[in-house]
Amino acid sequence: MSKYEAVIGLEVHVELKTKTKLFCGCSTEFGKEPNSQVCPVCLGLPGSTGVLNKKVVELATKAGLALNCEIGTYTWFDRKNYYYPDLPKGYQISQVFRPIAYNGYLDIDVNGQTKRIRITRAHIEEDPGKLAHSGGSITNSLASFVDYNRSGMPLIEIVSEPEIRSGEEAKAYLEKLKAILEYTGVSDVKMEQGSLRCDANVSVRPVGSTTLGTKTEIKNMNSFRAVQRAIEYEVERQIAVLEYGDKVVQETRGWDENRGITVSMRNKENPDYRCFMDHELTPIELTREWIEEVRATIPELPDSRRKRLIEEYGLPAYDAGIITSSLALAEFFDATLQKFPDAKTISNWMMSELLRLLNAGNMELHQAKVTPDGLASLLNLIKKGTISNKIGKEVFEIMFKEGKDPEQIVKEKGLSQISDAGQLSQVIAEVIANNPKSVADFKSGKEQAIGFLVGQVMKATKGQANPGVVNKMLREELTK
Amino acid sequence: MQLNRLSVHQLSELLKKNEISSEEITKDYLQHIDQVEDDIKAFVTVTGEDALAQARSVDEKRSRGEELSPLAGIPMAITDNICTKGIKTTCASQILYNFVPPYDATVTERLKGAGAVLLGKCNMDEFAMGSSTENSGFFNTRNPFDLARVPGGASGGAAAAVAAGEAAFTLGTDTDGAIRQPASFCGVIGLKPTYGYVSKTGLISHASSLDQIGPITRDITDLALVLNVICGYDSKDSTSVSVDVPDFKKNLVCDVKGLKIGLPKEYFETNLSPEVAAKIQEAVRKLEELGAVCEEVSLPHTEYAPAAHYIISSAEASSNLARYDGVRHGLRVEEEDVLSMFKKTRSQGFGDEVKRRIMLGTFVLSTANYEAYYVKALKVRNLVRQDFDQVFKKYDLLLTPTSPSTAFPLAEKVNTPLAMYQSHIYNIPVNLAGLPAMSLPFGMVQGLSVGLQLIARPFDEGTLLRVGYTLEQSTDQTRPEPALSR
Repeated sequence: MSKYEAVIGLEVHVELKTKTKLFCGCSTEFGKEPNSQVCPVCLGLPGSTGVLNKKVVELATKAGLALNCEIGTYTWFDRKNYYYPDLPKGYQISQVFRPIAYNGYLDIDVNGQTKRIRITRAHIEEDPGKLAHSGGSITNSLASFVDYNRSGMPLIEIVSEPEIRSGEEAKAYLEKLKAILEYTGVSDVKMEQGSLRCDANVSVRPVGSTTLGTKTEIKNMNSFRAVQRAIEYEVERQIAVLEYGDKVVQETRGWDENRGITVSMRNKENPDYRCFMDHELTPIELTREWIEEVRATIPELPDSRRKRLIEEYGLPAYDAGIITSSLALAEFFDATLQKFPDAKTISNWMMSELLRLLNAGNMELHQAKVTPDGLASLLNLIKKGTISNKIGKEVFEIMFKEGKDPEQIVKEKGLSQISDAGQLSQVIAEVIANNPKSVADFKSGKEQAIGFLVGQVMKATKGQANPGVVNKMLREELTK
Repeated sequence: MQLNRLSVHQLSELLKKNEISSEEITKDYLQHIDQVEDDIKAFVTVTGEDALAQARSVDEKRSRGEELSPLAGIPMAITDNICTKGIKTTCASQILYNFVPPYDATVTERLKGAGAVLLGKCNMDEFAMGSSTENSGFFNTRNPFDLARVPGGASGGAAAAVAAGEAAFTLGTDTDGAIRQPASFCGVIGLKPTYGYVSKTGLISHASSLDQIGPITRDITDLALVLNVICGYDSKDSTSVSVDVPDFKKNLVCDVKGLKIGLPKEYFETNLSPEVAAKIQEAVRKLEELGAVCEEVSLPHTEYAPAAHYIISSAEASSNLARYDGVRHGLRVEEEDVLSMFKKTRSQGFGDEVKRRIMLGTFVLSTANYEAYYVKALKVRNLVRQDFDQVFKKYDLLLTPTSPSTAFPLAEKVNTPLAMYQSHIYNIPVNLAGLPAMSLPFGMVQGLSVGLQLIARPFDEGTLLRVGYTLEQSTDQTRPEPALSR
């Protein structure tokens, strides 16, 4: 056991799924021409005045409720003042003093244990713009370009208590958080498009100590696995620093994915944001009734869905956990089940084939072409014996890539299983004739030799022969 | 006929009767601006060509028999911190010397919609910070009654323009009395509406919780006509209040009988010039004569209001002015790296008073000082509001001097910022409480006009107009004319 304990808090920025920005009517669509989705308000032009997007309040409330938070009935916006070229107004509008949601929690499962991580707050804030440098950074570039399309995008920042103790727990927390936000429709939670971003505050202290050690803040992590690895690296680094007798420096560190290390970005000299209430915006006033109306729109969340898969369909906890970790997977499962009522078989296929191909292609489910209907008819083909399980896997790969109907694939490629004795007897005769040693082995009682012969028939038929039928026919032939 | 001595409603009558065209009026005004502007310097920008085109367009509409607003064809000017599409809007600051907004402020839009003709943009104290228009980043404006004196500030150009007959009416902005004090110095009427009554969309913020746009006019009838156009809810402005806007012309009646008017004793104590005090007492007697009941009242937290206001307005200003960093618009001083660019741009672009307030605001908002200064100031603000709430339970109106003195000489206070700030001490509590208040000229002292301030309950601009109209109709003290006009 290490004599140190890691203390980790996560700050997760989530972009809310709205059509328009936080305080203006500009589109939030991703990937458009730089500075094509801007107006005087999100550019902070002199005299511009913003008006709060009601949808943001609804989504933030929904997220807060789904994270077991209390919702403030009277909250407001504050300004965080600092200078940076991507910050059009010279301040960021956020909720510093009175966040819309607070005192929540999230239960995570690590090593078969459930652990509760408390959520300090979830507050609404605006995104600044985005900088692109011609050189490496703003200080050594000849020119830097600012894209204000992102300026004024609605975010919620979800801040956890420093109750996470390992990189593994951090990953579990993020996965659960992502699933909840996806289920509630609050966000697209696409890390690759920046709609979910995470910073980790990491410190270590001797086991048993109740005071916090000096923390560092890690940024630039672009996957959950990176978060886990970065935290694990940083914990080890800080322990090594302390063991050496040095002090951990409070600073911001970046995660270098290629080298697998964190690197110092800048020293933090306690920035003074000079926060105060924004008097150009109206406070947010919510009624209890309205909050309850929002609560009523929250769908079944991952934990309860997982429980249902275990209890109603008898899925193993592990399978149920993976399938419900993403709404898309869970919905895929449910939809397939409508057409092919065998939960375990579907789960097996999703866990092995579907996830294997998704992982191999580093893809999200929506990028794959296979549909629940397609999987259901594939499984029906296998069940009817039209194709073997093995051929089924080949067909599935084609469906995954091209989205074709399995029956069509089987027909086009001539993959139907051969169960017809007339068609098979010729091949079986040839295999017996060409493999006298195996035949002799079998006849002398070596049961496993039949497996080799079946394999030879399968090979000769390019896998199309029905292995059951082949086995039966071979036995008959050899015991004549 | 001296067109530029006529009020809006008089001009409007002439236009209606087709005795004159808007083009003729506009030309007359432009000509007059040519004659007096060298002395007065009320304008940052004069938009003569545009004005004539607008005037002709209104004349065409009139000739087609269209139903027009009383402001249609009337030449106006707007203070240069209110955005005008395609026309430079500088806040009288070097940092925005070239800023041309691609949009109109809501008030600009509404006035244009009513057919008012824009003659140009008025000079002011830079970013509306000051009391004499000597903080303009461009040049000083002078008082039309005495060119050696200040016109007041921050909307000094707007007040001087009306007084000197360079515009039939103007819009100013009032964060700390910046409409009322110059109106008082220049012998015209200035009204700061209830906070939220007039949209601030397109107003370049100084201190968001205190700023308000309001009209400056030659008489009370004109004030009602302009308020009818600019007041009312705007969905683009979060601070805009959704209330019914009455027809303010209905308040143009002579009747103050039984009206309970409070005279806050704290406003008659400190530094008030005896001559001004005497004039205000004269107005009180006049109102009593006409049937109003005037009694001394107390607003006990008045003495703390200026300090609280200075802290709050500077805090908000330090944040509101952060966007002038050279990145997107206005001045940019080229430098090696981005931080130096920010610093040089702001050092060169802002004047001393603005810098002073940014530093003060930054100081009071810093974590170490936030509680001691900013939060304390907010508490004072609440107490000041409560003072008014108490008094307005019993009184319909408060009457005070607008300023402790008449217009002071140029350069007298420019190096003593606190003394300068004191010229707003009777105005500031009103901004802290978000109330409507008006300055009305009442007589002259040594050739300079004296201003009378009336303060009402929120959204009770009507009572201000009624009392103002009654005074206007009952005495000859409310229309001082500077000798300067031709």
